[in-house]
Amino acid sequence: MGMTIAEKILARKSGQARVGPGDLVTVEVDTVILFDNNFMPSQWRDILKLKDRNRVIVVLDHRVPAATQASAAAHRTARQFVAKFGIPRFHDVGYRQGISHQLVADHGYALPGSVLLCSDSHTCSAGVFNCIARGVGGPDVVYAAIKGETWFRVGETVRYELEGRLSPAVTTKDAFLQIAGRYGDHATMNVEYGGPGVASLGINARKTLTTMSAELSAEFATFEPDELMLGWVRERNPAPFEPVHRDPDARYAAVRKVDLAQLEPLVAFPDTVIENSRPVADAAGTPIDQAFVGSCANGTLDDLELVTKVLEGRQVSPKVRFIVTPGSQNIYRAAARSGLITRLVEAGAVVTPATCGACGGGHMGVLGPDETCITATTRNFKGRMGDPSARIFMGSPATVAASAIRGVITDPREFLS
Amino acid sequence: MKFKARVWKFGNNINTDLILPIQVYYLTPQEQARFVFHANRPGWVDLAQPGDIIVGGRNFGMGSSRPAARSLRNLGLGCLIAHSINGLFFRNCVNFAFPAMECRGVFDAFSEGDIAEVDFDACTVRNATTGRELPAIGLPPKLLDLLKAGGIYPLLEKEGLIAPRVESRP
Ligand code: SF4
Repeated sequence: MGMTIAEKILARKSGQARVGPGDLVTVEVDTVILFDNNFMPSQWRDILKLKDRNRVIVVLDHRVPAATQASAAAHRTARQFVAKFGIPRFHDVGYRQGISHQLVADHGYALPGSVLLCSDSHTCSAGVFNCIARGVGGPDVVYAAIKGETWFRVGETVRYELEGRLSPAVTTKDAFLQIAGRYGDHATMNVEYGGPGVASLGINARKTLTTMSAELSAEFATFEPDELMLGWVRERNPAPFEPVHRDPDARYAAVRKVDLAQLEPLVAFPDTVIENSRPVADAAGTPIDQAFVGSCANGTLDDLELVTKVLEGRQVSPKVRFIVTPGSQNIYRAAARSGLITRLVEAGAVVTPATCGACGGGHMGVLGPDETCITATTRNFKGRMGDPSARIFMGSPATVAASAIRGVITDPREFLS
Repeated sequence: MKFKARVWKFGNNINTDLILPIQVYYLTPQEQARFVFHANRPGWVDLAQPGDIIVGGRNFGMGSSRPAARSLRNLGLGCLIAHSINGLFFRNCVNFAFPAMECRGVFDAFSEGDIAEVDFDACTVRNATTGRELPAIGLPPKLLDLLKAGGIYPLLEKEGLIAPRVESRP
């Protein structure tokens, strides 16, 4: 019996010929990312020895520039840690600033066929590069940084066969909402994306799917390698790697088709994305106080371009705070050079520096009591972005931008066709 | 490792933000524990007694990597038994030494306030109020040992790989 992509990488990295669902494996870890929350006074345990400083990356992203004294203290601890071990890959506030999962894409940090850990739940984002990447706990990353290994329970895999091509006002965020709405959580299972529809999607669009797979509670999310992705990594990282294809007779818990051409704009209603997506028409007309585009799922240049396209020649409703947060300063600079930032701020959006910011309710767009927000980010749990009484709808960047213009939740097909 | 105590029931997809809201992330671990289920069940922390057992539904602990399991431990709860436990949350349970085990159908087998008897070595869950017994899905021996030893930090501390923490528990 053949293996899925996740099983094949886990087998390779645990030095076994094969692994299957139910196995507990100890694997070598190629890359460990530590971020500012790890260094919070209530979390940090001072590391005395590292396996290999070249395998460790340190990123300040959740609250940058520092939002509170506690985050400033965490940043200071992180800088001391970086200096102590001479860690070469460090993303401090400034030129190299960004959300860790976006930086992984910007810099080709996730090598196909490798294992990457970070104690942020959306680390599965890096699976777009055909690797095993998972959000783990704080103690897990400390352990992996020190010992160079970790354990995983091997789960079954669900495969999504993408077909067709997206229509103009529809994005992979809608494809995700369709999957989460129809099939619910994938706890203890891996998801694997493939099929002929993949070729029509850029890396940023694909990455939205792997990033959002955290919301399915998936263990690992992987894409099959193709030339577009392999070229992307090679351009950014000279290190050698070995991509992994699934076996032709790989065994799946289920194989499901997603026809991209049939999708329409969807929104998830507040508190969860699990079995909670509906056509945007069902929420249309709901007044909003805030609209937000950003995060490790939708802070790419493609997302900013889409938002700008919807806003073209229009203004943000005076009743709405429209906050746009690029995923990295790299993206911010590219958007500034091409004039996107000017067009966004002229339309009335507030463009913040690259950070997690409002996505995690940390700063720069926290919601107040009883407010309503529509967000193109990752998570809409109760209290996620601020006050627990706030309602968080989730949609694509196009749906969010359309809603920001009207001041009520709006179908983006009104502006794009 | 055995537990016998009163049961509190929480349903499907209980998420980490309900257990450890981000707004209290700056507080000490002990203070964070006072906010468990603050958004969905205000005041519950005052009702829960040390050793009490949480019974959950599907995918308990979905969401972020934050040390939410640590808050359950610091609240003095005994253990967690759920129909299924989120993979990331489960890692944090083991790593922070909060005993947790999956047991299919456990949610329907208990009413709130029933007394549960849980045996992590025999992998059994018994409702002492109704007499019903269910098989649980045991932890791999390696992980059960790690949990019994107090989780990852005490292990690394003993090996001299991280500095001891003085002001409070990890
Ligand atoms: S952008 Fe949001 S989901 Fe992504 S890492 Fe930051 S807080 Fe987490």
